Amino acid sequence: MMPFSPKLPSNSWMRPSGLSKLHAISLAGLSFQPHLSGALYAPDLAALLVADLHLEQGSALARRGISVPPFDTGLTLAALEAVVEETQPASIYLLGDSFHDAKGHSFLDESIAVRLSRLFSPRETIWITGNHDPEPKQNLGGTHVGQARLGPITLRHIPSGKLSTPEIAGHLHPGAGIVQRGHLVRGKCFVADTRRIILPAFGAYTGAISVRGRAFDGLLETERASVYLLAREKMYRFPYGRVS
Amino acid sequence: MANLHHRIADWFSSRGWAPRPHQLAMLEQGLAGNSALLISPTGGGKTLAGFLTTLQELAGPHDTDGIHTLYISPLKALAVDIARNLEAPVKEMGLPVSIETRTGDTPQSRRARIRSRPPDILITTPEQVSLMVADPAAAHLLRNLRTIIIDELHAIVTSKRGVLLSLALSRVRSHAPGVRVFGLSATVADPDALRAWLAPTGAPPVALITGAPGASPDLHILQSEERVPWSGHSSRYAVKDIYEAVKRHRMSLIFVNTRSQAELLFRELWEVNDDTLPIALHHGSLDVGQRCKVEAAMAANTLKAVVATSTLDLGIDWGDVDLVVQVGAPKGSSRMLQRIGRANHRLDEASKALLVPSNRFEVLECEAAVEAVRENAQDTEYPMVLKLDVLAQHIMGRAVAGPFAADHLYAEVKGAFTFRNLPRELFDQTLDYVATGGYALKSYERYAKLRREPNGLWRLSHPRLAQQYRLNIGTIVEEEMIKVRIARIRTVMGKRVATGGFVLGELEEWFIAQLSVGDTYLFAGQVLRHEGIDEFGALATRAPGRDPKVPSYQGGKFPLSTFLASRVRRILSDPSRWGGLPSQVRDWLSTQRWASVLPSESQMLVETFPRADKFYMVCYPFEGRLAQQTLGMLLTRRLERWGARPLGFVASEYALVVWGVRDMGAMIAGGRLSLARLFDEDMLGDDLEAWLAESNLMKRTFRNVAIIAGLIERRLPGKEKTTRQMTVNTDLIYDALRSHQPDHVLLRAAWDDAAEGLIDIHRLGALLKRIKNQILHRDLERVSPLAVPVLLEIGRESIQGSADDALLAEAAEQLMDEAQRLV
Repeated sequence: MMPFSPKLPSNSWMRPSGLSKLHAISLAGLSFQPHLSGALYAPDLAALLVADLHLEQGSALARRGISVPPFDTGLTLAALEAVVEETQPASIYLLGDSFHDAKGHSFLDESIAVRLSRLFSPRETIWITGNHDPEPKQNLGGTHVGQARLGPITLRHIPSGKLSTPEIAGHLHPGAGIVQRGHLVRGKCFVADTRRIILPAFGAYTGAISVRGRAFDGLLETERASVYLLAREKMYRFPYGRVS
Repeated sequence: MANLHHRIADWFSSRGWAPRPHQLAMLEQGLAGNSALLISPTGGGKTLAGFLTTLQELAGPHDTDGIHTLYISPLKALAVDIARNLEAPVKEMGLPVSIETRTGDTPQSRRARIRSRPPDILITTPEQVSLMVADPAAAHLLRNLRTIIIDELHAIVTSKRGVLLSLALSRVRSHAPGVRVFGLSATVADPDALRAWLAPTGAPPVALITGAPGASPDLHILQSEERVPWSGHSSRYAVKDIYEAVKRHRMSLIFVNTRSQAELLFRELWEVNDDTLPIALHHGSLDVGQRCKVEAAMAANTLKAVVATSTLDLGIDWGDVDLVVQVGAPKGSSRMLQRIGRANHRLDEASKALLVPSNRFEVLECEAAVEAVRENAQDTEYPMVLKLDVLAQHIMGRAVAGPFAADHLYAEVKGAFTFRNLPRELFDQTLDYVATGGYALKSYERYAKLRREPNGLWRLSHPRLAQQYRLNIGTIVEEEMIKVRIARIRTVMGKRVATGGFVLGELEEWFIAQLSVGDTYLFAGQVLRHEGIDEFGALATRAPGRDPKVPSYQGGKFPLSTFLASRVRRILSDPSRWGGLPSQVRDWLSTQRWASVLPSESQMLVETFPRADKFYMVCYPFEGRLAQQTLGMLLTRRLERWGARPLGFVASEYALVVWGVRDMGAMIAGGRLSLARLFDEDMLGDDLEAWLAESNLMKRTFRNVAIIAGLIERRLPGKEKTTRQMTVNTDLIYDALRSHQPDHVLLRAAWDDAAEGLIDIHRLGALLKRIKNQILHRDLERVSPLAVPVLLEIGRESIQGSADDALLAEAAEQLMDEAQRLV
């Protein structure tokens, strides 16, 4: 059966904006609002969290002879600008792999560098290093750290196997699928349980791996975890057990 | 026979044979240095006809430097088989001829040997020819090439493999200008297209040689005592009849159209297999080892029946098949003829075939196929041309072979039939894409794959790119597949632990992804329990019971051919043609005539009626599922705009049903809805473009184009797990490209592919033209007999299109409903 949507989604490449108050996630007494773009906003602290921007992924691939369109950095940045415009955070936390590789930031176009500095200089910017971009990016300002604290919560790139404090992390590029009427719908997602939140990859070309896959083994309280699936127009919340 | 070399002549006479007229005609053309197309039914000595010129030339003293004859076959297994069937006669004739085989499986050491000591005859596949011409040593290998033989030409030219091969041929001709090309083909409707395909642009079409036709096949539709179902693709009702037919024959080949049908039928046959006859299963997803076992058993005549998909359609002589059973509608008469040809590989005996329709409309389609086969009438299929993604791959291959001038390559590409109409502008755009990606943003020029030197020649910028090209060659893009292995289960500290055992075969990734641990499904002829996924693939155990929980449902794989469709409409419109139909089908059609109407051959019937709390509109274009799905998508948009408030639609191979909130029959009667306007050709304008650009079909098409054109790399075995996180998502690239550079050459290539294939625009356009002023409307009080099958498809069909959000919303709401019930 084919239900159809009479409304034409316009400019599908542009992430529809929208914080989800309906699906607020609470962790260690703080409330977080997931954003359809893949960013996470903490209204109490006016902090915006994003993970795995993978800026300059296109040029990194091009250096290996795979010339995907060079629009990813611009797209990722436009999405980040939009969510910053909407939430007006006092601080931005970048949870690692902000650049696709260690050399990435040296390939930035002049115009992109200007936009980055316009975005980050008026507010506190914390760059957490990731496995793709282990070195600090001096020329971009902000603070470079291995991990950071947000109240009682530790922010780091790679989720830790043993948790001593609540945690927000990235790195794994969580994704999930829902089977409905025999049709599989897939997307990036947030995944959260009572002790941690894992952010989806924010980068425009980044893929996703299933939260049911091996990479997530032992990380989640599967009985209590929720998945916040990012679709085109809205976010949908499902119990971990419902997704594939 | 006068000029036949004595060793070859002796070989014929020692067997009491004489060369057939078409074999001698091929020899005559060959010795005169001409190219030719041979059209001959299976079993007519076609292969030998192709090789006779070569053997004649090689029988005498000859230059042993370089390859003399290149034999190209679309099937890897076929190439191996021919090597066997060619080597034997060559040995018996005592000819000093060396033969080698090179396929994708050929180890590096053998390839090196072929390069350093080229054989007289090389048996190979289309992709390997592309790799050979990309080899800097190609000029040396091919400089004495005299003959190219292309087998199963009719099958090759309708796909991108054919497009790639025709470019490679053009390149080979540059190395060996005097080479003659022989095409070997089954009967086709339009041989002239193939004759032109074989000749370089500007040269006259090659000579046509026709073999004697084989005996007419002995073809019947199953007359079952059981009730033929209204709809669906299961042939459960006929299993006993099929089994009885199998018992009465030496060996039966049972063809179905999809893998899931093969699995189902195989299991059902074993359920009635009281005599435990050796019945086997063969389809493309099974492990190679298992398939080889079945093939060997067939060749040894130790099997009674094999249930198979298109994997056994072509070529190889697999033992003593004396009955072909086609389960489900044949979809096209050429495919049907090809399959029937599998029975009795001898020309003078009639092949015997049984058609088993799986629903009532398929009875009509089978009847149309029987008529067509009796007249030996073929579907018209034209060679595929002008594929820019394939051209991009070829340009990269040309650069791998060495520096080139753009003007020269353009002329060479235009020399191929498939690109004879290529405008220079499109060539330049494609070259620009290969060199730097062809983006408006020029930031990639520093990473260019091809650079233009001061002397004007284009050159590869890094030797590593040659390796990348070789690993990604070819035009076949597989669905993402996951290996299925039988798991060993141990209990460790009270937990079930599954570890992998032997490989059963491969399944589509989307199918595995929807399984939860404990779900059961049907694969490789058994019910399996899903045990999870590890880094090597899916794990499964054999499950008790016979009803799998998760059906692997796919609709028909092949669309109904235009040619058969018009025959079906003719049968439907004319009761004098119903004589051969089973009585229950005749009754069904008679009731339709009484309850509604039967349209004439040129008309399209539209019926409207209420049912439960909804209103339905059913039309009967008979144009295949793909075209009708596109029609459904476009019609519902229009109906929505005109206030008819449609809710959904379903397309079958024959009919399309739309349902909604308002009474469309009353709207038509009251003049508020015009059927002529609803089905006007102008629907193929903006609506189509807007819908298609957003659709998943388009994204899938783009992914294939991106892989063929080398934009992204194939996922190679063993590599996929480590790189998955890093692999770029082609959907996102598609979106980015569409918004930033809608005129990019790859978007154009994807659009062309979608229009031809997945959405069948050409066919839909032809339909709308055909039914202008030919729409016959009946407003009914209830569902008509003809509408029953398509109404039964509602809810059974898996959904497609761009309704992801709608599906997720529905899934979320269902959970809410459940939650509220619990309170």
